[in-house]
Amino acid sequence: MSGPIDLTAAQAAEAIRSGGLDAAELFEAYRKRAAADDLNAFTWVAGEAPSQAANSDAPLAGVPFAAKDLFCTEGVPSQAGSRILEDYRPPYSATAVRKLQQAGGALLGKTNQDEFAMGSSTENSGYGPTLNPWDTTRVPGGSSGGSAAAVAAGLVPWAIGTDTGGSIRQPAALCGIVGLKPTYGAVSRYGMIAFASSLDQAGPLTRDVTDAALLLRHMVGQDPCDSTSLPFPEPIEPPTADRLDGIRLGVPSELSGEGIAPGVRECFERTVNLAEDLGASVDETTLPHAPHGLAAYYLIAPAEASANLARYDGVRYGLRVDGDADLMAMYTKTRAQGFGSEVKRRIMLGTYALSEGYYDAYYGRAQKVRTKIAQDFREAFERFDFVVTPTSPTVAFTLGEKLDDPWAMYLNDYCTVPVPLAGLPAISIPNGLSEGLPVGFQIVGPAFSEPRLLDAAYAVEQAIGFDGSEARA
Amino acid sequence: MSTPPELEAVIGLEVHVQLATTTKMFCGCPLSFGDPPNVHTCPVCLALPGALPVLNAEAVHYGVMVGLALGCDITERSIFARKQYFYPDNPKAYQISQYETPLCTGGRLGDVRIHRVHLEEDAAKLLHIGHSGRIHGADASIVDFNRGGTPLIEIVSEPDLRSAAQAREWLQLLRSTLRSLGVSDVNMEEGSLRADANVSVRPAGSDALGTKTELKNMNSFRFLERGIEAELRRQRELIATGAVVVQEPMHFDPQSGTLTPLRSKEEAQDYRYFPEPDLPPLEVTEAMIERARADLPELPADRQRRYEETFGLAADTARVLAFREGLGPWFEEALAAGDDLDPQLLANWTTGDLARVLAGAEPADSKVKPHALSALVGMVARKEVAPSAAKTVLERLAAEGGEPAAIVEAEGLRAMGDGDELEGLVEAAIDANPDAAEKIRAGKQQAIGAIVGHVMRETKGRADGGEVSRIARQKLGV
Repeated sequence: MSGPIDLTAAQAAEAIRSGGLDAAELFEAYRKRAAADDLNAFTWVAGEAPSQAANSDAPLAGVPFAAKDLFCTEGVPSQAGSRILEDYRPPYSATAVRKLQQAGGALLGKTNQDEFAMGSSTENSGYGPTLNPWDTTRVPGGSSGGSAAAVAAGLVPWAIGTDTGGSIRQPAALCGIVGLKPTYGAVSRYGMIAFASSLDQAGPLTRDVTDAALLLRHMVGQDPCDSTSLPFPEPIEPPTADRLDGIRLGVPSELSGEGIAPGVRECFERTVNLAEDLGASVDETTLPHAPHGLAAYYLIAPAEASANLARYDGVRYGLRVDGDADLMAMYTKTRAQGFGSEVKRRIMLGTYALSEGYYDAYYGRAQKVRTKIAQDFREAFERFDFVVTPTSPTVAFTLGEKLDDPWAMYLNDYCTVPVPLAGLPAISIPNGLSEGLPVGFQIVGPAFSEPRLLDAAYAVEQAIGFDGSEARA
Repeated sequence: MSTPPELEAVIGLEVHVQLATTTKMFCGCPLSFGDPPNVHTCPVCLALPGALPVLNAEAVHYGVMVGLALGCDITERSIFARKQYFYPDNPKAYQISQYETPLCTGGRLGDVRIHRVHLEEDAAKLLHIGHSGRIHGADASIVDFNRGGTPLIEIVSEPDLRSAAQAREWLQLLRSTLRSLGVSDVNMEEGSLRADANVSVRPAGSDALGTKTELKNMNSFRFLERGIEAELRRQRELIATGAVVVQEPMHFDPQSGTLTPLRSKEEAQDYRYFPEPDLPPLEVTEAMIERARADLPELPADRQRRYEETFGLAADTARVLAFREGLGPWFEEALAAGDDLDPQLLANWTTGDLARVLAGAEPADSKVKPHALSALVGMVARKEVAPSAAKTVLERLAAEGGEPAAIVEAEGLRAMGDGDELEGLVEAAIDANPDAAEKIRAGKQQAIGAIVGHVMRETKGRADGGEVSRIARQKLGV
């Protein structure tokens, strides 16, 4: 228990800065682990350390990071987990990746994901499923399952992923790590291969809350290339709180009772009690429209996706299947062969929802529900600082268990989906084990409350003292 | 059998105008025409994975200027939408346009009401290799993305036009208005101005609208007029034979003059519009509107009104001065250079003889300077130069420049008095043209041309034609 792998990213950066650790050695140590990955967490691993010598004075001091496959990385495969983009190497890097590199982060690899971020198990990847390091017969969650598994297994110190309906928080929960979905607009979406534009948001997956704060600090900021990005109102400092005095936590009855596995509920209740011990006041609250979040989400996200994925037409890049001089045949053959079944399902769903004569009943109505959910949260935040729920209703399930039952799969996002619909930030931290598998605790805050959210999560994290080293063994 | 009611034409235009901004609508690539293919591209206009649009502020400014110039209401918060269809010239497989909430609504230009003006992006250019010249049957089709993403405004008129000729005239009026704004090259040949026409017919006097067809992409004023005429003829014939007009887009082939449906009704497109989530609503502030207003030049219609009111010009003269590029300012400079000049006389010379010697060139580039025409017209008004000699002077001015007075002196073109000299010349002309003289005596007035022409030749046009004619008639006793 003394190798560099056991250091958190923040600790490693500090050790490099103080001269006690060599950035290139750290990169190589992780590179070897990632290259030997038997979880299928990576879709690409760097052959060597980045050519420019890491600046040990930079904030991230050359500490390696991994990026979900859907982040565009210049000259490096960026496939969004899809065969339609097999070996696609973009001519530019996503803003979030570029910012991390400018802060001294070193790209170690690209991580596996559900195709175009559509899924909750990483089984929908065109490149095979990723396994959960706690139990390799189980899924790591998704869609950022590769990032979550890689961080949990110590194949990389930390990683970035994206969250549309829970795709950072749920795999973080299922893999026993920290995952944070920032406020919509806090992190630029430029260069993130889009799933659902009004929901997608990049964020950190890390071993602990301190790492999440450090990584997020270097991701946020307004980007002239993303018109929906906003300036972050304050710097994100390392969290320090050890108490929750004066903090009011709301527990929404709709997201903490029915449908939550008993073991998960037990962990949740224990954590809520712990928060009270730390000085928080806890009371029940209500998010009356949250139970409709899944229905609204599964109209809005597929609708946007059906348009976002229309550009994969075989004309300019990616897969092209010849159509014997017939344009329409080329389109249909390319897309039929290049997309997996879940992606096709959602394109069909979204196309239908936007069709003339159905728009108002489906897409229009879903947008109204979305407005109601945001209103529910606003009202809750008049009485509470944060809303807390279990992150996922269950622990990691076995591979294949829910593949043939889309609705059962979608229910994984029951507690996480209302949050992006309202554009809010939320963090998931590990809060215990159930059946020997990690459970996640979700804290949701008002827009741009990340610094306070991280402080509260840090206080709870310290009190829980979760040990994730088992997955790195 | 009663005569069927006369069918009146109902026409509306949808005009696409490429904006002459520095860069494309949603990225930083420069606009271009005629450059090698695919040199002005980037992740955004190639729709690479992960790229996002950023709205061009200059295009918004131009759009607001157009809205103000057409008297539209400017929408405070307009929304961009995705218009979805698969085609190789449309790399995202959706065009970012405006749908339910356009930048401008209402308005009027001349006699025609404006329905809406909205912002959108142009498609890329497709070239089909092979003899078919169309995507069907082509050996290969290649895409040039230089044009893809060029800012466009679409101006939609109400169906207020009642003939093909009126449609053409209105489009010309719209073009000069846009040109005076400086927001576009408005060049139909290069495609920076493209018009679709919605055409239908209805019983004259009816308020109901007939079934319309859409004539796509007319690329010249003449083709627009001919296309509409052909379509009106086709619709009237259909109705006369008891058939019905089917709502569909039509293609007019100017070579053969024929119309063909662009696609069948079964393939009617559902564009599945929805609000563009990558762009926040476009907020147009009062300050932006003020800035656009400050950049508006005097518009042709306003200029015409001012010429009529201030200078008392006849409507058609004022209209030519106001709508012909550069002619109005030139005229005003000439008028200011003259002393007590009759504006209508100067305007007649400007729109008539000057326009003729310009032969399509820019007035400002002409060798005829405004003060020179002003001086020449002054001499005509004072009868120092006869009108016919003045035309000769103007031609010399156009060819070489210079001052009219000097040309008049050098060429001996000063007007002759109406004294004995002229009487003698007329007498000589009568003697030289006995046949003509006989005809005039017999009542053939037109024959006087031969006498006048003779005198003009002898005097190099210095004589006043009217005076010559008067003297000749007097001499011949008619």
